[in-house]
Amino acid sequence: MLFTTFAILTVAGAVAAMSFRNLVHSVLALIAAFAGLAAIYLQLGAQFIGLAQVLVYIGAVAILIVFAILLTRDKKVAQQTVSFSSWKLNGVVALAVFAVIAWAIFQSPTLQHEILPEPQVSMQQVGNALMLRYALPLEIIGLLLTAALIGAVTIAISEKYEKHERRERE
Amino acid sequence: MGETADQIFVILQHWIVAHAPGILQPILAPLLGVIAIIGVFALLFAVTTVLERKGLGRIQNRYGPNRVGPFGLLQPIADGIKSVTKEDIVPQAADKVVHLLAPVSLVLAAFSLFAVLPVGRNMVLANLDAGVVFFFAVSSVTEITIFMAGWSSRNKYSLLGAMRAIAQMVSYEVPLILASVTVIMATGSLSTVAIVEKQAGYTGIFPHWFVFTPWGFAGFILYMIAATAESNRSPFDLPEGESEIIAGYFVEYSGFKFALFFLGEYLGMFAISGLGITLFLGGWSAPFSFLTWVPSYLWFVGKLLFLIVMFIWVRGTLPRLRMDQLMNFAWKFMLPMALINLITVGIWHFMQQGILRWLICSVIVIASYVLLGRGLTQGWKLEKRIYRFAE
Repeated sequence: MLFTTFAILTVAGAVAAMSFRNLVHSVLALIAAFAGLAAIYLQLGAQFIGLAQVLVYIGAVAILIVFAILLTRDKKVAQQTVSFSSWKLNGVVALAVFAVIAWAIFQSPTLQHEILPEPQVSMQQVGNALMLRYALPLEIIGLLLTAALIGAVTIAISEKYEKHERRERE
Repeated sequence: MGETADQIFVILQHWIVAHAPGILQPILAPLLGVIAIIGVFALLFAVTTVLERKGLGRIQNRYGPNRVGPFGLLQPIADGIKSVTKEDIVPQAADKVVHLLAPVSLVLAAFSLFAVLPVGRNMVLANLDAGVVFFFAVSSVTEITIFMAGWSSRNKYSLLGAMRAIAQMVSYEVPLILASVTVIMATGSLSTVAIVEKQAGYTGIFPHWFVFTPWGFAGFILYMIAATAESNRSPFDLPEGESEIIAGYFVEYSGFKFALFFLGEYLGMFAISGLGITLFLGGWSAPFSFLTWVPSYLWFVGKLLFLIVMFIWVRGTLPRLRMDQLMNFAWKFMLPMALINLITVGIWHFMQQGILRWLICSVIVIASYVLLGRGLTQGWKLEKRIYRFAE
């Protein structure tokens, strides 16, 4: 019952995000889909993933998309609606992809095993695993993100210098 | 006797649930908690509006509201009637659905923050394993509601205010969370109940609150500054600067929707102060060991009122920051200070108890404060301002 509600919320949000004409409406619909997904995670007992979904996707990614839309929007692009020339062909492609994924899932050997007891994963276990066993991947991801951050700042700064130099040359 | 007074609300809840029909029982217990939270904090909101207007009035040499009821104490009722009966004006160009959804979802998010705050012994709605993460996850939803309000109004001042608010909240969320991480490192738990229990002991008559350690003191100050910025209060009230962008993201709101925004903002402030109390000020525990007979929820409310008074005092005292000052302060002072504070907790945790631990941690905190403060003020020309008056 609960699962159906959340699933409908997620799917409806995703469909609305693809079909709204207004980009900001699409983002808001996408947030509804994220929230539905987070609720499903929480219902399945994955507290950490559910909360991280809210924190990262609703709190950060959605804000990032909003900023991207508002800062880069061109009036011409905003008026243009995305239309598919042949929706029949697209439908066939989508169905084919769905069929392949469904087939792969049903063929997977994990379904043949008997259902394992539900693992109880506490926040503490997740933290211990990240800090002890997976410390190196975590550090590497941190380094990568820092590099991306510095790169973004560098790009933002160099524009200013170029303008300054050009003015000096003139 | 003291035990009963302390647990009276818990006993009352159990009594009501036990006397309800069987089918209702599983829903009734959380429902009563929700009703209590909504009732108590909405009442606290009413009290705070009077307190704030009176306090600001006194700071500015006026009386404040003094006409409705004794000493103007019934002012919130008059305000409530006014906001309910006022016409709800929605701009013609506005996006009507989003315009309505924004204040509603803000208030919803603000109320759900209280679910993980232990307001008294055994008085928490949801004792989550990851209570602190829940709090920050839900409070990050308020940013999107502010954007919804600013964008849907189709007013450039609204949008400017919303963008300022989001930029500010994103910047100050980092030091806010880093300051709270210190406490999580010290307790080794993300559960708010466990954090309060860890601070429950006493040495002599003094409590083991985290604010009474070098890193806890620095963390508490950082937390409260970031909390002020998160709740958009003066001196960080650029998103709502009346003199610059009329009132920011809720310019186009009137009547009851405006009241909802007002409510949501104050609830956010209460919740973030409540988490500060939980993390650093020992939650519901008494400040001295001989005062433990006072019911625990009274201590929580008392601490909350104390922090609210501090907020009002700061609002009446400090002028508004400029945008560049705001961002410089967040990234060049708050963030490095919070990171150094994290290292300080680590040192504190692994050193033996004693005077040496206190000495080393205090030196680190004070030295980093002085050096970062010097770095921030470098290049500032601080000179006496000369005022010129019209003759």
